[in-house]
Amino acid sequence: MDGPFATAFTLIASGDDALLQIIGLSLRVTLGAVAIACVIGLPLGAALALARFPGRGAMIVVSNALMGLPPVVAGLVVYLLLSRSGPLGPLALLFTPTAMIMAQTLLILPIVISLTRSVVEDLWAEYREQLLSLGAGRLRAVPTLLWDGRVSLLTGVLAGFGRASAEVGAVLIVGGNIAGHTRTMTTAITLETSRGNLGLAVALGIVLLTLTLTLNALAWGVGQWARGRLG
Amino acid sequence: MTHSCRVILTAASALGLLVALPAAARDFITVAVTTSTENSGLFGHILPIFEAETGIEVRVVVQGTGQALETGRRGDADVVFVHARAQEETFVAEGYGVERFDVMHNDFVIVGPGDDPARLREAPDAASAMAAIAAAGASFVSRGDDSGTHVAEKALWSAAGIEPAGEWYLSTGSGMGAMLNMAAQLPAYALTDRGSWLGFDNRGPLEIVHQGDPALFNPYGIILVNPKRHAHIKAEQGQAFIDWIISDAGQAAIAGFTIGGEQPFLPATRSE
Repeated sequence: MDGPFATAFTLIASGDDALLQIIGLSLRVTLGAVAIACVIGLPLGAALALARFPGRGAMIVVSNALMGLPPVVAGLVVYLLLSRSGPLGPLALLFTPTAMIMAQTLLILPIVISLTRSVVEDLWAEYREQLLSLGAGRLRAVPTLLWDGRVSLLTGVLAGFGRASAEVGAVLIVGGNIAGHTRTMTTAITLETSRGNLGLAVALGIVLLTLTLTLNALAWGVGQWARGRLG
Repeated sequence: MTHSCRVILTAASALGLLVALPAAARDFITVAVTTSTENSGLFGHILPIFEAETGIEVRVVVQGTGQALETGRRGDADVVFVHARAQEETFVAEGYGVERFDVMHNDFVIVGPGDDPARLREAPDAASAMAAIAAAGASFVSRGDDSGTHVAEKALWSAAGIEPAGEWYLSTGSGMGAMLNMAAQLPAYALTDRGSWLGFDNRGPLEIVHQGDPALFNPYGIILVNPKRHAHIKAEQGQAFIDWIISDAGQAAIAGFTIGGEQPFLPATRSE
Protein backbone atom coordinates (compact mmCIF):
# COMPACT_ATOMS: atom_id res chain seq x y z
CA MET A 1 0.00 0.00 0.00
CA ASP A 2 1.41 3.40 -0.99
CA GLY A 3 1.15 6.21 1.50
CA PRO A 4 -2.37 7.61 1.63
CA PHE A 5 -1.07 11.13 0.88
CA ALA A 6 0.57 9.86 -2.30
CA THR A 7 -2.64 8.03 -3.25
CA ALA A 8 -4.70 11.15 -2.55
CA PHE A 9 -2.38 13.27 -4.66
CA THR A 10 -2.43 10.76 -7.52
CA LEU A 11 -6.23 10.62 -7.31
CA ILE A 12 -6.60 14.38 -7.55
CA ALA A 13 -3.91 14.79 -10.18
CA SER A 14 -5.42 12.07 -12.38
CA GLY A 15 -8.69 14.02 -12.60
CA ASP A 16 -10.47 10.67 -12.45
CA ASP A 17 -14.04 11.04 -13.76
CA ALA A 18 -15.60 8.91 -11.06
CA LEU A 19 -13.85 10.94 -8.34
CA LEU A 20 -14.89 14.27 -9.87
CA GLN A 21 -18.44 12.98 -10.10
CA ILE A 22 -18.38 11.97 -6.42
CA ILE A 23 -16.95 15.34 -5.37
CA GLY A 24 -19.51 17.17 -7.50
CA LEU A 25 -22.39 15.23 -5.98
CA SER A 26 -21.08 15.73 -2.42
CA LEU A 27 -20.90 19.48 -2.96
CA ARG A 28 -24.27 19.63 -4.65
CA VAL A 29 -26.01 17.70 -1.88
CA THR A 30 -24.33 19.50 1.02
CA LEU A 31 -24.54 23.02 -0.44
CA GLY A 32 -28.14 22.35 -1.48
CA ALA A 33 -29.03 21.34 2.06
CA VAL A 34 -27.19 24.36 3.50
CA ALA A 35 -29.03 26.70 1.11
CA ILE A 36 -32.47 25.30 1.95
CA ALA A 37 -31.70 25.31 5.66
CA CYS A 38 -30.71 29.00 5.41
CA VAL A 39 -33.80 30.03 3.46
CA ILE A 40 -36.01 28.38 6.08
CA GLY A 41 -33.83 28.69 9.17
CA LEU A 42 -32.65 32.31 9.06
CA PRO A 43 -36.13 33.90 9.04
CA LEU A 44 -37.50 31.28 11.40
CA GLY A 45 -34.64 31.72 13.86
CA ALA A 46 -35.02 35.49 13.75
CA ALA A 47 -38.77 35.22 14.25
CA LEU A 48 -38.17 32.94 17.20
CA ALA A 49 -35.85 35.57 18.68
CA LEU A 50 -38.23 38.50 18.28
CA ALA A 51 -41.80 37.23 18.32
CA ARG A 52 -43.58 36.33 21.53
CA PHE A 53 -46.15 33.56 21.34
CA PRO A 54 -47.23 30.60 23.42
CA GLY A 55 -45.04 27.58 22.85
CA ARG A 56 -42.03 29.71 21.94
CA GLY A 57 -39.96 28.30 24.81
CA ALA A 58 -40.79 24.76 23.78
CA MET A 59 -39.80 25.50 20.17
CA ILE A 60 -36.45 26.89 21.33
CA VAL A 61 -35.74 23.85 23.46
CA VAL A 62 -36.73 21.49 20.65
CA SER A 63 -34.58 23.24 18.04
CA ASN A 64 -31.63 23.28 20.45
CA ALA A 65 -32.08 19.59 21.22
CA LEU A 66 -32.39 18.65 17.54
CA MET A 67 -28.87 20.00 16.97
CA GLY A 68 -27.91 16.63 18.40
CA LEU A 69 -30.20 14.62 16.11
CA PRO A 70 -28.27 11.50 15.06
CA PRO A 71 -27.82 11.51 11.27
CA VAL A 72 -28.99 7.92 11.04
CA VAL A 73 -32.31 8.90 12.65
CA ALA A 74 -32.74 11.80 10.23
CA GLY A 75 -32.02 9.35 7.42
CA LEU A 76 -34.51 6.85 8.74
CA VAL A 77 -37.28 9.46 9.02
CA VAL A 78 -36.72 10.63 5.44
CA TYR A 79 -36.45 6.99 4.28
CA LEU A 80 -39.83 6.11 5.79
CA LEU A 81 -41.39 9.25 4.29
CA LEU A 82 -40.03 8.62 0.79
CA SER A 83 -40.24 4.84 0.64
CA ARG A 84 -42.73 3.56 -1.92
CA SER A 85 -44.75 2.30 1.01
CA GLY A 86 -44.52 5.68 2.75
CA PRO A 87 -46.68 8.82 2.46
CA LEU A 88 -44.47 10.47 -0.19
CA GLY A 89 -43.76 7.22 -2.06
CA PRO A 90 -45.41 8.25 -5.36
CA LEU A 91 -42.79 11.00 -5.80
CA ALA A 92 -40.19 8.25 -6.44
CA LEU A 93 -37.50 10.20 -4.61
CA LEU A 94 -35.85 7.45 -2.56
CA PHE A 95 -32.27 6.68 -3.63
CA THR A 96 -31.92 10.05 -5.40
CA PRO A 97 -29.75 13.10 -4.63
CA THR A 98 -32.94 15.03 -3.79
CA ALA A 99 -33.65 12.59 -0.96
CA MET A 100 -30.11 13.13 0.32
CA ILE A 101 -30.59 16.91 0.27
CA MET A 102 -33.82 16.50 2.26
CA ALA A 103 -32.15 14.36 4.93
CA GLN A 104 -29.22 16.72 5.32
CA THR A 105 -31.52 19.74 5.47
CA LEU A 106 -33.23 18.08 8.40
CA LEU A 107 -29.83 17.78 10.08
CA ILE A 108 -28.66 21.35 9.47
CA LEU A 109 -31.91 23.22 10.03
CA PRO A 110 -31.81 23.04 13.85
CA ILE A 111 -28.26 24.44 13.87
CA VAL A 112 -29.18 27.37 11.65
CA ILE A 113 -32.38 28.12 13.59
CA SER A 114 -30.73 27.95 17.01
CA LEU A 115 -27.66 29.99 16.13
CA THR A 116 -29.74 32.58 14.27
CA ARG A 117 -32.05 32.95 17.23
CA SER A 118 -29.18 33.47 19.61
CA VAL A 119 -27.40 36.00 17.36
CA VAL A 120 -30.56 37.98 16.63
CA GLU A 121 -31.62 37.98 20.28
CA ASP A 122 -28.31 39.55 21.29
CA LEU A 123 -28.46 42.14 18.53
CA TRP A 124 -32.03 43.01 19.37
CA ALA A 125 -31.10 43.57 23.00
CA GLU A 126 -28.37 45.92 21.82
CA TYR A 127 -30.22 47.92 19.16
CA ARG A 128 -33.77 47.66 20.38
CA GLU A 129 -34.20 51.35 21.35
CA GLN A 130 -32.54 52.57 18.18
CA LEU A 131 -34.62 50.42 15.87
CA LEU A 132 -37.86 51.19 17.64
CA SER A 133 -37.14 54.92 17.53
CA LEU A 134 -36.61 54.62 13.78
CA GLY A 135 -40.08 53.18 13.59
CA ALA A 136 -39.02 49.64 12.77
CA GLY A 137 -41.34 47.10 14.35
CA ARG A 138 -40.00 43.79 15.59
CA LEU A 139 -40.65 41.91 12.38
CA ARG A 140 -39.56 44.73 10.11
CA ALA A 141 -36.28 44.75 11.98
CA VAL A 142 -35.57 41.11 11.00
CA PRO A 143 -33.70 41.74 7.72
CA THR A 144 -31.65 44.54 9.30
CA LEU A 145 -30.67 42.36 12.24
CA LEU A 146 -29.83 39.38 10.02
CA TRP A 147 -27.63 41.60 7.87
CA ASP A 148 -25.99 43.09 10.93
CA GLY A 149 -25.22 39.69 12.37
CA ARG A 150 -23.99 38.23 9.09
CA VAL A 151 -20.49 37.46 10.32
CA SER A 152 -21.71 35.49 13.33
CA LEU A 153 -24.41 33.89 11.21
CA LEU A 154 -21.80 32.77 8.70
CA THR A 155 -20.12 30.79 11.48
CA GLY A 156 -23.42 29.05 12.16
CA VAL A 157 -23.90 28.28 8.48
CA LEU A 158 -20.38 26.88 8.30
CA ALA A 159 -21.11 24.69 11.33
CA GLY A 160 -24.13 23.38 9.41
CA PHE A 161 -22.02 22.80 6.32
CA GLY A 162 -19.47 20.93 8.42
CA ARG A 163 -22.11 18.68 9.90
CA ALA A 164 -23.59 17.87 6.51
CA SER A 165 -20.33 17.26 4.68
CA ALA A 166 -19.04 15.03 7.46
CA GLU A 167 -22.04 12.78 7.98
CA VAL A 168 -22.53 9.41 6.37
CA GLY A 169 -25.46 7.81 8.22
CA ALA A 170 -28.27 9.77 6.60
CA VAL A 171 -27.04 9.85 2.99
CA LEU A 172 -26.24 6.15 3.11
CA ILE A 173 -29.80 5.23 4.07
CA VAL A 174 -31.72 7.54 1.75
CA GLY A 175 -29.19 7.62 -1.11
CA GLY A 176 -28.21 3.95 -1.15
CA ASN A 177 -24.59 4.70 -2.14
CA ILE A 178 -25.30 3.90 -5.80
CA ALA A 179 -22.15 4.19 -7.91
CA GLY A 180 -22.34 7.12 -10.31
CA HIS A 181 -25.66 8.26 -8.90
CA THR A 182 -25.77 8.74 -5.13
CA ARG A 183 -22.22 7.96 -4.02
CA THR A 184 -20.67 10.81 -2.03
CA MET A 185 -17.25 11.28 -0.47
CA THR A 186 -18.34 9.90 2.89
CA THR A 187 -20.23 6.88 1.56
CA ALA A 188 -17.31 6.09 -0.77
CA ILE A 189 -14.98 6.20 2.23
CA THR A 190 -17.28 3.83 4.12
CA LEU A 191 -17.37 1.45 1.16
CA GLU A 192 -13.61 1.41 0.64
CA THR A 193 -13.09 0.82 4.36
CA SER A 194 -15.46 -2.13 4.23
CA ARG A 195 -13.53 -3.48 1.25
CA GLY A 196 -10.36 -3.31 3.28
CA ASN A 197 -8.91 -0.67 0.90
CA LEU A 198 -7.78 1.46 3.83
CA GLY A 199 -5.22 3.42 1.81
CA LEU A 200 -7.81 4.53 -0.75
CA ALA A 201 -10.26 5.32 2.07
CA VAL A 202 -7.77 7.59 3.81
CA ALA A 203 -6.89 9.20 0.48
CA LEU A 204 -10.55 10.03 -0.10
CA GLY A 205 -10.68 11.41 3.45
CA ILE A 206 -7.76 13.70 2.65
CA VAL A 207 -9.53 14.91 -0.49
CA LEU A 208 -12.67 15.62 1.56
CA LEU A 209 -10.74 17.54 4.21
CA THR A 210 -8.96 19.56 1.54
CA LEU A 211 -12.33 20.52 0.05
CA THR A 212 -13.73 21.51 3.44
CA LEU A 213 -10.62 23.52 4.20
CA THR A 214 -10.84 25.34 0.87
CA LEU A 215 -14.50 26.23 1.35
CA ASN A 216 -13.88 27.49 4.88
CA ALA A 217 -10.92 29.55 3.72
CA LEU A 218 -13.12 31.05 1.00
CA ALA A 219 -15.86 31.85 3.50
CA TRP A 220 -13.36 33.45 5.86
CA GLY A 221 -11.82 35.46 3.05
CA VAL A 222 -15.20 36.72 1.91
CA GLY A 223 -16.02 37.65 5.52
CA GLN A 224 -12.79 39.61 5.89
CA TRP A 225 -13.33 41.31 2.57
CA ALA A 226 -16.90 42.25 3.43
CA ARG A 227 -15.85 43.58 6.82
CA GLY A 228 -13.16 45.70 5.24
CA ARG A 229 -15.42 47.05 2.54
CA LEU A 230 -18.74 47.43 4.24
CA GLY A 231 -17.47 48.30 7.69
CA MET B 1 -32.22 45.81 3.91
CA THR B 2 -31.77 45.67 0.15
CA HIS B 3 -28.55 43.80 0.79
CA SER B 4 -30.27 41.15 2.80
CA CYS B 5 -33.08 40.83 0.27
CA ARG B 6 -30.53 40.30 -2.45
CA VAL B 7 -28.70 37.72 -0.37
CA ILE B 8 -31.91 35.82 0.22
CA LEU B 9 -32.89 36.02 -3.46
CA THR B 10 -29.51 34.77 -4.56
CA ALA B 11 -29.65 31.96 -2.05
CA ALA B 12 -33.13 31.01 -3.23
CA SER B 13 -32.18 30.88 -6.89
CA ALA B 14 -28.97 28.97 -6.18
CA LEU B 15 -31.10 26.57 -4.25
CA GLY B 16 -33.56 26.10 -7.09
CA LEU B 17 -30.66 25.33 -9.37
CA LEU B 18 -29.13 22.80 -7.01
CA VAL B 19 -32.32 20.91 -6.35
CA ALA B 20 -33.66 21.00 -9.88
CA LEU B 21 -30.51 19.81 -11.66
CA PRO B 22 -32.06 17.32 -14.06
CA ALA B 23 -31.33 13.68 -13.42
CA ALA B 24 -30.22 11.82 -16.52
CA ALA B 25 -33.42 10.50 -18.06
CA ARG B 26 -32.05 7.03 -18.79
CA ASP B 27 -33.90 3.81 -18.45
CA PHE B 28 -32.85 2.35 -15.12
CA ILE B 29 -33.74 -0.28 -12.56
CA THR B 30 -32.89 -0.41 -8.88
CA VAL B 31 -31.44 -3.68 -7.61
CA ALA B 32 -30.95 -4.43 -3.91
CA VAL B 33 -27.90 -6.67 -3.51
CA THR B 34 -25.94 -8.16 -0.65
CA THR B 35 -22.70 -6.73 0.67
CA SER B 36 -20.88 -9.95 -0.22
CA THR B 37 -21.50 -9.55 -3.94
CA GLU B 38 -20.71 -5.84 -4.03
CA ASN B 39 -17.61 -6.02 -1.83
CA SER B 40 -16.08 -8.61 -4.13
CA GLY B 41 -16.35 -6.24 -7.09
CA LEU B 42 -18.62 -8.55 -9.13
CA PHE B 43 -21.01 -5.82 -10.29
CA GLY B 44 -18.20 -3.60 -11.50
CA HIS B 45 -17.38 -6.48 -13.84
CA ILE B 46 -20.78 -7.67 -15.09
CA LEU B 47 -22.98 -4.56 -15.13
CA PRO B 48 -21.09 -2.68 -17.86
CA ILE B 49 -21.61 -5.75 -20.09
CA PHE B 50 -25.37 -5.79 -19.43
CA GLU B 51 -25.70 -2.02 -19.81
CA ALA B 52 -23.84 -2.07 -23.12
CA GLU B 53 -26.12 -4.83 -24.43
CA THR B 54 -29.47 -3.41 -23.34
CA GLY B 55 -29.02 0.27 -22.54
CA ILE B 56 -30.69 -0.32 -19.17
CA GLU B 57 -28.78 1.25 -16.29
CA VAL B 58 -28.64 -0.86 -13.13
CA ARG B 59 -28.53 1.09 -9.87
CA VAL B 60 -27.15 -1.15 -7.17
CA VAL B 61 -28.13 -0.55 -3.54
CA VAL B 62 -25.94 -2.58 -1.21
CA GLN B 63 -27.55 -4.10 1.88
CA GLY B 64 -27.54 -7.25 3.96
CA THR B 65 -29.96 -9.92 2.74
CA GLY B 66 -32.52 -9.11 5.46
CA GLN B 67 -32.53 -5.42 4.62
CA ALA B 68 -32.47 -6.08 0.87
CA LEU B 69 -35.61 -8.23 1.12
CA GLU B 70 -37.26 -5.54 3.27
CA THR B 71 -36.38 -2.96 0.59
CA GLY B 72 -38.10 -5.20 -1.96
CA ARG B 73 -41.09 -5.70 0.31
CA ARG B 74 -41.55 -1.94 0.57
CA GLY B 75 -41.31 -1.62 -3.21
CA ASP B 76 -38.11 0.41 -3.10
CA ALA B 77 -36.21 -1.91 -5.44
CA ASP B 78 -37.28 -3.59 -8.68
CA VAL B 79 -35.11 -6.66 -8.24
CA VAL B 80 -33.46 -8.31 -5.21
CA PHE B 81 -30.26 -10.34 -5.55
CA VAL B 82 -29.53 -12.16 -2.28
CA HIS B 83 -28.34 -15.37 -0.66
CA ALA B 84 -30.64 -16.89 1.96
CA ARG B 85 -32.72 -19.56 0.26
CA ALA B 86 -35.35 -19.97 3.00
CA GLN B 87 -35.99 -16.24 3.32
CA GLU B 88 -36.12 -15.89 -0.46
CA GLU B 89 -38.75 -18.61 -0.71
CA THR B 90 -40.82 -16.91 2.01
CA PHE B 91 -40.50 -13.64 0.10
CA VAL B 92 -41.96 -15.27 -3.01
CA ALA B 93 -44.58 -17.28 -1.10
CA GLU B 94 -45.89 -14.13 0.56
CA GLY B 95 -46.40 -12.61 -2.87
CA TYR B 96 -43.70 -9.94 -2.65
CA GLY B 97 -41.58 -11.61 -5.29
CA VAL B 98 -42.59 -13.17 -8.60
CA GLU B 99 -40.20 -16.10 -8.88
CA ARG B 100 -36.77 -17.06 -7.61
CA PHE B 101 -34.02 -17.98 -10.07
CA ASP B 102 -30.65 -19.54 -9.25
CA VAL B 103 -27.89 -17.22 -10.40
CA MET B 104 -24.62 -18.50 -9.03
CA HIS B 105 -23.04 -19.97 -5.97
CA ASN B 106 -19.86 -20.04 -4.04
CA ASP B 107 -19.03 -21.36 -0.61
CA PHE B 108 -18.62 -19.99 2.84
CA VAL B 109 -15.23 -20.29 4.48
CA ILE B 110 -14.21 -19.93 8.11
CA VAL B 111 -11.31 -17.53 8.47
CA GLY B 112 -9.23 -17.04 11.58
CA PRO B 113 -5.76 -16.21 12.89
CA GLY B 114 -3.10 -18.19 11.03
CA ASP B 115 -1.85 -19.89 14.21
CA ASP B 116 -5.38 -21.35 14.59
CA PRO B 117 -5.62 -21.54 18.41
CA ALA B 118 -8.87 -23.56 18.33
CA ARG B 119 -7.44 -26.01 15.76
CA LEU B 120 -10.17 -25.65 13.16
CA ARG B 121 -7.93 -27.11 10.48
CA GLU B 122 -8.26 -30.48 12.18
CA ALA B 123 -12.06 -30.39 12.40
CA PRO B 124 -13.78 -33.01 10.20
CA ASP B 125 -16.70 -30.78 9.21
CA ALA B 126 -17.99 -27.25 9.57
CA ALA B 127 -20.24 -27.95 12.57
CA SER B 128 -17.33 -29.49 14.51
CA ALA B 129 -15.21 -26.49 13.55
CA MET B 130 -17.80 -24.16 15.07
CA ALA B 131 -17.96 -26.39 18.15
CA ALA B 132 -14.17 -26.19 18.45
CA ILE B 133 -14.33 -22.37 18.51
CA ALA B 134 -16.94 -22.45 21.29
CA ALA B 135 -15.05 -25.12 23.25
CA ALA B 136 -11.82 -23.11 23.11
CA GLY B 137 -13.65 -19.89 23.91
CA ALA B 138 -11.78 -18.32 20.98
CA SER B 139 -13.10 -14.96 19.78
CA PHE B 140 -15.67 -15.18 17.00
CA VAL B 141 -17.03 -12.15 15.16
CA SER B 142 -20.60 -12.48 13.90
CA ARG B 143 -22.35 -10.28 11.33
CA GLY B 144 -25.37 -10.21 13.61
CA ASP B 145 -27.43 -8.37 10.98
CA ASP B 146 -29.79 -10.97 9.49
CA SER B 147 -27.68 -11.06 6.36
CA GLY B 148 -27.39 -14.26 4.33
CA THR B 149 -24.04 -14.92 5.98
CA HIS B 150 -25.55 -14.45 9.43
CA VAL B 151 -28.38 -16.84 8.58
CA ALA B 152 -25.85 -19.44 7.41
CA GLU B 153 -23.81 -18.94 10.57
CA LYS B 154 -26.86 -19.52 12.77
CA ALA B 155 -27.60 -22.72 10.85
CA LEU B 156 -24.05 -23.95 11.56
CA TRP B 157 -24.35 -23.20 15.28
CA SER B 158 -27.60 -25.10 15.50
CA ALA B 159 -26.08 -28.02 13.57
CA ALA B 160 -23.33 -28.01 16.20
CA GLY B 161 -25.97 -27.91 18.93
CA ILE B 162 -24.55 -24.70 20.38
CA GLU B 163 -26.30 -21.51 21.46
CA PRO B 164 -23.45 -19.03 20.93
CA ALA B 165 -23.15 -16.62 23.83
CA GLY B 166 -20.44 -15.30 26.09
CA GLU B 167 -17.42 -13.03 26.11
CA TRP B 168 -15.94 -14.75 23.07
CA TYR B 169 -18.98 -14.26 20.81
CA LEU B 170 -19.09 -10.75 19.31
CA SER B 171 -22.26 -9.85 17.45
CA THR B 172 -21.30 -6.73 15.50
CA GLY B 173 -24.35 -5.90 13.41
CA SER B 174 -22.10 -4.80 10.58
CA GLY B 175 -21.52 -5.54 6.90
CA MET B 176 -19.11 -8.14 5.61
CA GLY B 177 -16.13 -5.81 5.21
CA ALA B 178 -16.52 -4.11 8.58
CA MET B 179 -16.77 -7.51 10.23
CA LEU B 180 -13.62 -8.77 8.47
CA ASN B 181 -11.76 -5.60 9.49
CA MET B 182 -12.69 -6.36 13.11
CA ALA B 183 -11.72 -10.02 12.84
CA ALA B 184 -8.33 -9.02 11.41
CA GLN B 185 -7.67 -6.62 14.27
CA LEU B 186 -8.67 -8.76 17.23
CA PRO B 187 -7.79 -11.32 15.73
CA ALA B 188 -10.86 -13.55 15.75
CA TYR B 189 -12.57 -16.28 13.77
CA ALA B 190 -15.35 -15.33 11.37
CA LEU B 191 -17.61 -16.85 8.74
CA THR B 192 -17.37 -15.19 5.35
CA ASP B 193 -17.93 -16.16 1.73
CA ARG B 194 -15.17 -16.84 -0.71
CA GLY B 195 -16.06 -13.89 -2.94
CA SER B 196 -15.81 -11.34 -0.12
CA TRP B 197 -12.63 -12.99 1.14
CA LEU B 198 -10.91 -12.85 -2.26
CA GLY B 199 -11.90 -9.20 -2.65
CA PHE B 200 -10.76 -8.20 0.84
CA ASP B 201 -7.37 -6.54 1.18
CA ASN B 202 -6.87 -5.84 4.88
CA ARG B 203 -6.44 -9.46 6.00
CA GLY B 204 -3.78 -9.03 8.68
CA PRO B 205 -3.11 -12.43 10.30
CA LEU B 206 -6.30 -14.01 8.94
CA GLU B 207 -6.26 -17.12 6.78
CA ILE B 208 -8.86 -19.63 5.67
CA VAL B 209 -8.84 -22.25 8.42
CA HIS B 210 -11.82 -24.35 7.37
CA GLN B 211 -13.52 -24.97 4.03
CA GLY B 212 -15.03 -27.61 1.81
CA ASP B 213 -17.97 -28.96 3.85
CA PRO B 214 -21.13 -29.22 1.65
CA ALA B 215 -22.94 -27.43 4.51
CA LEU B 216 -20.97 -24.34 3.49
CA PHE B 217 -22.63 -24.20 0.06
CA ASN B 218 -23.83 -20.66 -0.63
CA PRO B 219 -26.36 -20.21 -3.44
CA TYR B 220 -27.42 -16.78 -4.72
CA GLY B 221 -30.91 -16.12 -6.05
CA ILE B 222 -32.49 -13.28 -7.99
CA ILE B 223 -36.15 -12.27 -7.71
CA LEU B 224 -38.31 -9.71 -9.47
CA VAL B 225 -40.38 -7.71 -6.97
CA ASN B 226 -44.05 -8.41 -7.67
CA PRO B 227 -45.66 -5.65 -9.75
CA LYS B 228 -49.02 -6.81 -8.39
CA ARG B 229 -47.89 -5.53 -4.98
CA HIS B 230 -46.28 -2.36 -6.26
CA ALA B 231 -47.56 -1.07 -9.57
CA HIS B 232 -44.54 1.15 -10.17
CA ILE B 233 -42.10 -1.78 -10.34
CA LYS B 234 -40.28 -1.78 -13.67
CA ALA B 235 -41.20 -5.37 -14.40
CA GLU B 236 -40.15 -5.41 -18.03
CA GLN B 237 -36.64 -4.01 -17.48
CA GLY B 238 -36.22 -5.94 -14.22
CA GLN B 239 -37.15 -9.19 -15.95
CA ALA B 240 -34.78 -8.30 -18.79
CA PHE B 241 -31.97 -8.12 -16.24
CA ILE B 242 -32.95 -11.44 -14.69
CA ASP B 243 -33.29 -13.10 -18.11
CA TRP B 244 -29.86 -11.80 -19.05
CA ILE B 245 -28.08 -12.86 -15.89
CA ILE B 246 -29.38 -16.43 -16.11
CA SER B 247 -28.72 -16.57 -19.87
CA ASP B 248 -25.52 -17.97 -21.35
CA ALA B 249 -24.17 -14.43 -21.79
CA GLY B 250 -24.82 -13.48 -18.16
CA GLN B 251 -23.50 -16.77 -16.82
CA ALA B 252 -20.37 -16.35 -18.93
CA ALA B 253 -19.92 -12.84 -17.53
CA ILE B 254 -20.07 -14.22 -13.97
CA ALA B 255 -17.65 -17.01 -14.86
CA GLY B 256 -15.30 -14.44 -16.37
CA PHE B 257 -14.97 -12.53 -13.09
CA THR B 258 -11.78 -13.47 -11.29
CA ILE B 259 -9.77 -12.06 -8.41
CA GLY B 260 -6.07 -12.90 -8.43
CA GLY B 261 -6.76 -15.82 -10.78
CA GLU B 262 -9.47 -17.30 -8.54
CA GLN B 263 -13.12 -17.42 -9.46
CA PRO B 264 -15.18 -16.15 -6.51
CA PHE B 265 -18.60 -17.07 -7.94
CA LEU B 266 -19.52 -20.12 -10.00
CA PRO B 267 -22.41 -19.83 -12.48
CA ALA B 268 -25.51 -21.73 -11.37
CA THR B 269 -26.50 -23.35 -14.62
CA ARG B 270 -24.94 -25.93 -16.83
CA SER B 271 -21.60 -25.73 -15.10
CA GLU B 272 -21.55 -28.94 -13.12
